[in-house]
Parts: sequence; C-alpha cells; structure tokens
Amino acid sequence: MKKFFFSILLFPTVLLASEAGYRLDRAPIYPRDLLSLQSGARTFVNYCLNCHGAQYMRYNRLTDLGLTEAQIRDNLILTEAKIGDTMKVPLSAKDGKSMFGVPPPDLSVIGRSRSADWLYTYLRTFYRDARSPTGWNNAVFPQVAMPHPLWALQGERALAISHKGTPGHVVTEYQWSEISKGEQNTVQFDTTVRDLVNFLVYMGEPNAVSRKNIGIVALFVLGVLLIFVYALKKEYWKDVH
Amino acid sequence: MTRLLSAAWDWFDARMPSVAEEWRKHAAEYYAPKNFNFWYYFGALALFVLVIQIVSGIFLTMNYKPDAALAFGSVEYIMRDVPGGWAIRYIHSTGASAFFVIVYLHMFRGLLYGSYRRPRELVWIFGVLIYLTLMAEAFFGYLLPWGQMSYWGAQVIVNLFGTIPFIGPDLALWIRGDYVVGDATLNRFFALHVIAIPLVLLGLIAAHILALHDVGSNNPDGIEIKKKKGPDGHPLDGIPFHPYYTVKDLVGAVVFLMIFCAIMFFVPEMGGYFLEYNNFIPADPLKTPPHIAPVWYFTPYYSILRAVPPVSVDFLGIPPTQFPGVLAMGIATLILFFLPWLDRGAAKSIRYRGPIYKWALAGFVVTFVVLGYLGTETVTVWGQFGPWLGNADVATVVARVFTVLYFAFFFLMPWYTRIDKCKPEPERTT
Repeated sequence: MKKFFFSILLFPTVLLASEAGYRLDRAPIYPRDLLSLQSGARTFVNYCLNCHGAQYMRYNRLTDLGLTEAQIRDNLILTEAKIGDTMKVPLSAKDGKSMFGVPPPDLSVIGRSRSADWLYTYLRTFYRDARSPTGWNNAVFPQVAMPHPLWALQGERALAISHKGTPGHVVTEYQWSEISKGEQNTVQFDTTVRDLVNFLVYMGEPNAVSRKNIGIVALFVLGVLLIFVYALKKEYWKDVH
Repeated sequence: MTRLLSAAWDWFDARMPSVAEEWRKHAAEYYAPKNFNFWYYFGALALFVLVIQIVSGIFLTMNYKPDAALAFGSVEYIMRDVPGGWAIRYIHSTGASAFFVIVYLHMFRGLLYGSYRRPRELVWIFGVLIYLTLMAEAFFGYLLPWGQMSYWGAQVIVNLFGTIPFIGPDLALWIRGDYVVGDATLNRFFALHVIAIPLVLLGLIAAHILALHDVGSNNPDGIEIKKKKGPDGHPLDGIPFHPYYTVKDLVGAVVFLMIFCAIMFFVPEMGGYFLEYNNFIPADPLKTPPHIAPVWYFTPYYSILRAVPPVSVDFLGIPPTQFPGVLAMGIATLILFFLPWLDRGAAKSIRYRGPIYKWALAGFVVTFVVLGYLGTETVTVWGQFGPWLGNADVATVVARVFTVLYFAFFFLMPWYTRIDKCKPEPERTT
C-alpha cells in the first residue's frame, strides 16, 4: 500500500484537469508546529530574503518560534542587521525593477493577501519555459517575473498545457514532466514548501495563535457573565405580566 | 461611606437638578412597551457598537499615520509592535461590519412593525440620516489602511460623483483634492473620519433618541400604549426603561459580545468580507486590481449601480455615461426617507397586516440579499446565457430583475398596502 502511494507521488507525469485556472492543492500547514515554522524561517532567510524584504517583521519576533535571540543572530540573520531590526532587503526597489521588470514585493503580509493554498501550489508549480525572459514560468501565476527560487531543491520540470472542449466550456489539461532532478525528492520538497508557507502565514499575522488562545478565554468569561446577567434579568422581570 | 456619597450627590443635585431630571425622563420614568421582542435589542446594541468604535478608534489614532507613504506600514506597526494593537484594530474592523449588521436589522425591525408610521416619521427620518452618515463614515474610514481595495474602492466611489452632469468632474476633483486619490485625499478622509462625521453622527443619534422619547416607542403589536393609561398616569402596557430594559439589554449586549469576540478572535477577516484579502497589498496607483468589490455593506447599492446600463444622448453629443446608474443608486437610498408616506396600510405591525405586505417584505429581503451577494462578485460569476439572450451575463440580468423588484417594493407600496386585507389591531399589547 505504502509503495503504491509513493509510486503515485513520484510518478513523473501527473494529469490535472481544471476549468478555471490551475487547481490549488490544499496546504497542509499547522501554525502551532514550531519545528515546521523554524524550518520555514530558515528557507525564507536563505532563499527569499535576498530579493524580497519583510519590512514589518522584526528578527527578534522569531522568538515566537521557540528560538533564543542568540540562535536567531547566529542562524537566521545573514546581513548586518541588528536583532531588533526588521527584515529589510539588501536589494533596492530600483535594482529589483531593472533585474526582474517589477520590484520584488514585500512579503510581510503575503500570507494574508494570498491564501496558503495559493502559495503552496504556486511555489511547487514552476516550469521551464524558453519563451519567458527568465527561462521560467508558473502554472498558477502565468508570466510571473520571478524565476524559480527553489529550483536547486526541486529540479527542473516541463509543463504541457492543452485546451480541450467546446468554446464556452474549455477544459485545460496540465501534463508535468521532469527535466532534471533536484537535491530533494518530491516528498522532501513538498515538506520544504509546506514549512515555508507555514512561516509566511505566521509572518502575515504573528499574533494569530495567541489571538485564538485569548479568544477562548474571552468567550469563557463572557459565557459566565451571561449566566449572571440572565439571572439578573429574570429576577427583575418576575413582576412583569 | 454611603452617607458621604449621598451627601455629595445631594450637593450636586441641588446645583444641577437637570441631570436627575434627564435620567428620569429618558430612563427611570421612560415608559416603554412591555412586549419588546428579539428585534428590539438592536437599537441599544447600535449605541453600544458606537461606543466600541469611538473608543477603539481613539486608540488606533494614537499610532496610525495619515500619510500615503506611511499609512499601510503604520497599520502593520499597530498589528505587530503596539501592545494589544492587533486587538484594537480587529475590534474596530469587526465593529464596522457589526455596526452595519445591527443597523440593517434595526431598520428591518422598522419595516416589520411599521415603526416609521405616524407619529414616528421624524424618528425614522433621523434614522435614515444616521444610516447615510454611517455610510460616509465607513467609506472615509475604509481608505485609511491604504491597501489596494481601500485605494481603488475610493477611486471608484469618488468617480461616481464625477458622472454628475456639468459639475461632476470638478466635484470629484474637489473631493479628492488631487487628480487621483493621493496623499491629500488620505489626509482629508482621515479628518472627516475621525472628527467631522462622528460629530454629525452623534448629533443625529441624539436627535433620533430625543424624537423617539417624545412620541414613545412602537412595539411588535404596532399599537399606541399611551392610549390606555392607568390611574397613575402611566401606560398600562408600559414599564420603566430602567431597570427593566437596561437589565434586558445587558443580556443582549453580552450575547452580542460573544458573537463579536468569536469573529474578532477566530475569523477577523470573515472569509474576506470584513477584511478583504486584496487590502493586504499596499495601494498602488499604477496597478488596477482586476476585480474591485466594495465592502459587503455597500454591495446591494453597488449591484444596482452596475445593473443600470450606461446611457448616451446622441443628439446632445453626450457620450455613454454611468450617471443613470449613479442616480438609481442615489434614489435607492433616498427613497427610504419617504417610507412613512408610501405605506398606506390599515395596520402597522406585520402581525395584523394582510398577505400582500408579508410577501412584499419577504421578497424585499430576498432582493436585498441577492443584490448584496452579486455586488461582491464579478458580473461573470454565473456565466452567460446562450445566443438567444445575446450571450448576456446571467448575473447582470438577475441584478436587473432584482433592481426592478427593489424599486417596486417602494414605488408600488401606496397601492398594495391600501388593498391589503389587514386584521383588526388589538386594544392592548399581546
């Protein structure tokens, strides 16, 4: 059974049919998984933070992930930045525009403007395209300006897109094939991207987990208060007929 | 201690007796009908949300920067670096939507029980003014986070004023203070949102409540309790607002807070309806989003706007203009003022009205919800009809049908309410 499962995962060509754009995979992220978030933070500072900034996110905020400031300083700050600084990018917007045609967007709240599912699918669906200026294209974000940032991990893939059906009801088929292998196999790469997306979603709203914890307390307190105010109302309204 | 407090109060009361007098007039000896039901919570709740919005707004103002270069970042600063800032921001954003939910339910209560009818026409008119002012307040406030939807939503709405014949373009320029929505617009919208409109709102709310307390509250039976008074001069079916309705509204407030907290702590974006996803992208004057949708509380009117096709007047050389749609949208809101005179029903309350009004009101609710939903979507959301209808967008055709129904509810009201067979109203509340 396990063998069968893996043979499907590693099958070189996967056929996906969709009516409106590329079908998004569900991102299997879990915001309380600190190991996943730490791994995502490492991928983020190594692969994303060279061009993209996260100008509203402070390095020392990463203590949320169960890291000490020393650990953050030694492992996650790859620039001259101080621990209390925000994740500014060394690349200026002007240089970014001349390199990619569009300045790389800030990623502080990318996990809020784009859904986790979108990010998870997008980062796993780059393919080689000789017609694009960077040599890369994307199934979810066609004509994307960014070349595949994780290609060394995933390897290179090709995508054949064909349209079938009648006008007004076009079905697009996507057929993937492998050009070269990367450092990671499909399962490992999916895990890397999952962790990265988990981190991006965390960074979009670092308070999200504690917000829910406080919410449970708030609802409990209000629930108790409700019992008392309801009893008060009953008592006063006894004499209204 | 008690004696000291009592002495202090006596000292105060001797010098300013009007405080105690007003308290008696508006709370302790304001006689409200004893048969208020679920629908009568929303007036007090609207006042409660107003307080929530003012208090959370004050704290937001302490850290927000009304500057096109800094606004988006200052909101993220509030979300991340200000202690408890995320809670303040979510209270305010959830409160904005909650305000409209409550006001819509409060207005629906008026439609159910004929609360706008004689002698409460002024109460209703002040109420509609509050509603319009609240829309302005929400519109100005929505620009402040300076995200893509803030920016382009403001651009679209200001451009609506630009379609008004002759004065339109100058008017739009005057509102924006620039040729596009920019820093000048943000600054003035901030001023309007935090001080000008709230002052108007407070004045109108005071007028709404004073007018109500002069004529007395309506009730689910739609009869006047003041007609049957006891030997003490108080209505037989009335009870003092305080303590009866203060303790009852306290229950309503706690239940409301539970729903409010469930949203703000667990789903503050409310699936993109309370906080739109695109608004987490900083405003970019050079990049128009493919789909601009206003926040949910404006969408019924936005649907009406889109449903009316642009019109050109060839012999005057007037190019296609959206003005008829803007006009329809304006009439759709202003028609509310005339409701007290459009309704000719013999009974006020839905309980004693005939079947025609019941169906009309149910249809109006469906109309409002469908128009509201369509306003959040692109016109292609339901696909196209075949060539037999000129490949028209299904959603546009549906929006047109419901726009006609929206106006029919009001314009045909004098006739259908008059021929409706009402049941006799009771003498006393039930």
